[in-house]
Amino acid sequence: MSTAEPPVNTTHIARSEPLLEPGHTYASVTDKIAAVVLTRPLGIGWLAGFTVTFAFTMLLLIAITWLFTKGVGIWGINIPIGWGFAIVNFVWWIGIGHAGTLISAILFLLNQKWRTSINRFAEAMTLFAVACAGIFPLIHTGRPWMAYYMFPYPSTMGIWPQFRSPLIWDVFAVSTYGTVSLLFWYVGLLPDLATLRDRAKNRVQQIVYGMLSMGWRNSARHWDNYQSAYLLLAGLATPLVLSVHTVVSFDFSIAIVPGWHTTIFPPYFVAGAIYSGFAMVLTLTIPLRKAYGLEGFITMRHLDTMAKVMLATGLIVAYGYFIEFFMAYYSGNKFDVFLAEQRLHGPYRHFYYALLLCNILTPQLLWFSKVRRSVPALFILSLIINTGMWLERFVIIIISLTRDFVPSAWGRYSPTFWDYATLAGTIFGLFTMLVFLFVRGLPAIAIAEMRELVHEGLARKEPS
Amino acid sequence: MTEHRAHLHGLMGEFETPEQLLSAAEKAREAGYKRVDAYTPFPIEGLAEAIGTRRSWVPLITFIGGLGGGLTAFGLQYWVAVITYPQNIGGRSLNSWPAFIPVTFELTVLGASIFAVVGMLALNKLPQPYHPVFNVHRFAAASTDRFFLCIEARDPKFNLSETARFLQGVNAQHVSEVNDEE
Repeated sequence: MSTAEPPVNTTHIARSEPLLEPGHTYASVTDKIAAVVLTRPLGIGWLAGFTVTFAFTMLLLIAITWLFTKGVGIWGINIPIGWGFAIVNFVWWIGIGHAGTLISAILFLLNQKWRTSINRFAEAMTLFAVACAGIFPLIHTGRPWMAYYMFPYPSTMGIWPQFRSPLIWDVFAVSTYGTVSLLFWYVGLLPDLATLRDRAKNRVQQIVYGMLSMGWRNSARHWDNYQSAYLLLAGLATPLVLSVHTVVSFDFSIAIVPGWHTTIFPPYFVAGAIYSGFAMVLTLTIPLRKAYGLEGFITMRHLDTMAKVMLATGLIVAYGYFIEFFMAYYSGNKFDVFLAEQRLHGPYRHFYYALLLCNILTPQLLWFSKVRRSVPALFILSLIINTGMWLERFVIIIISLTRDFVPSAWGRYSPTFWDYATLAGTIFGLFTMLVFLFVRGLPAIAIAEMRELVHEGLARKEPS
Repeated sequence: MTEHRAHLHGLMGEFETPEQLLSAAEKAREAGYKRVDAYTPFPIEGLAEAIGTRRSWVPLITFIGGLGGGLTAFGLQYWVAVITYPQNIGGRSLNSWPAFIPVTFELTVLGASIFAVVGMLALNKLPQPYHPVFNVHRFAAASTDRFFLCIEARDPKFNLSETARFLQGVNAQHVSEVNDEE
């Protein structure tokens, strides 16, 4: 990801803006981050936000209950469009879930110090996004209570999963990703949970954080094994994060449907995943740092760097769109050419134009440092990019499925209330509700790593 | 633990900076202390070596986990596709190994990650809800901004007054007894 930071700009910003507000000590970073969890009273903003997101979570549960009662017929899907919103949302959410591990693992290996104050939060976001993503393939199976058929287990019927199928690869990729993300997150949290235990203000906090921290006591022997495990997890998560969206893209590219059967899919899906993931990190970080006064930890430099990562990955995505068209016309394959024209002139062309506007045109504003330094502009852009990435999945799935090879098999798709309810239930419900719970229950910034950053700052100052 | 010191776990010195702690830990090793542990709010380079920790076993455990995960995954897929549930699809070969790579890769990573985390916890003897060092009131600062060196009573060279003098000699600010309450 070093491409995201042109060398000229880096030095310029490194001089002008610190990663951590000057003047912080070990105690001040610890106090400030721990106070959000331990002492700060529940504000009206938090309560209102939690109430709304809880209501949306209930909407999600209602939508799923109704789905289980009536079957997938309550959605807008029908042959030939068997993959409607469920798979659009799945791919979108799992893509968003890529930023956390990217920030935590890949940037850790590349020794990018700016990751420190956003990694914990981004990892949490990853977990919640993967939780939302995991719901969709499960509920779209029609008979979700049979979903365990996808796992290899010695069944009395003597049948086994088809391991040559990308759908089975997907089961393994997503469940591995969820598990490893959880482990990585928990290992990172361990010393911070011990910090919270040591500063607990009441018995409940002491017991809860005491149990969660497992008796971590900051011993040098603990740290030695811990650092070794953390580095190895980062090394393991790095190929993993690239593999997950690659496997998701196999769900499409292994099939022969026009618009899906392309070799550009794996890299272009991964770039899109990072693109939307960083957009979501910005969407959540900007209100968070404001609400809890964390501007000293998540500085303009972080926002600026994330904006550059978005710009770079956005350009890779734009290249992907270009290559899709180029290959269609270069190959001369009539189905591919037809699909390209469907995107531009077909019944769903508005979605394609909106996609180009959201994902390619508007983000070019990020070339201007004025835009990258404007918090409101970044917030709006991040929302636009999130929308654009959702549209991308809609375009890929719906346009290809509605018009494939034989006109007699064509169809149209329009989502129903329950499609929208499920989507809204994850975005404004489950996902955001978990974020609300997270910021008040666990340290949103890695405290021990911030102390390390303070230490490095002190060490650097000493010689001069 | 010996009879007459049944309740003493060791002596703990408190330091203000990581550099002081590091030099104290090195001096303790030079003085011949072997049962020493240091407590710091963040990892400090060289400290584990200074208190005589040998190379971590975590990498080896992780490797074993990854190897086990990968072999299990490929073995299972081979066994399912070739031996117990073969399906003839247009005469294609049963051992279609390239199609088995994604799951093999995923389970390699999964096995290695689980072993890395469980191995790290096991080597650190966690979960361990109680430890005598928690009885030292000032020890809570080990997770904020204080650095501690504990010389344990089971060290053959340990002697209450001499060790206390040693800790004061290496500039420990507070020296406190760590008692093991039954």
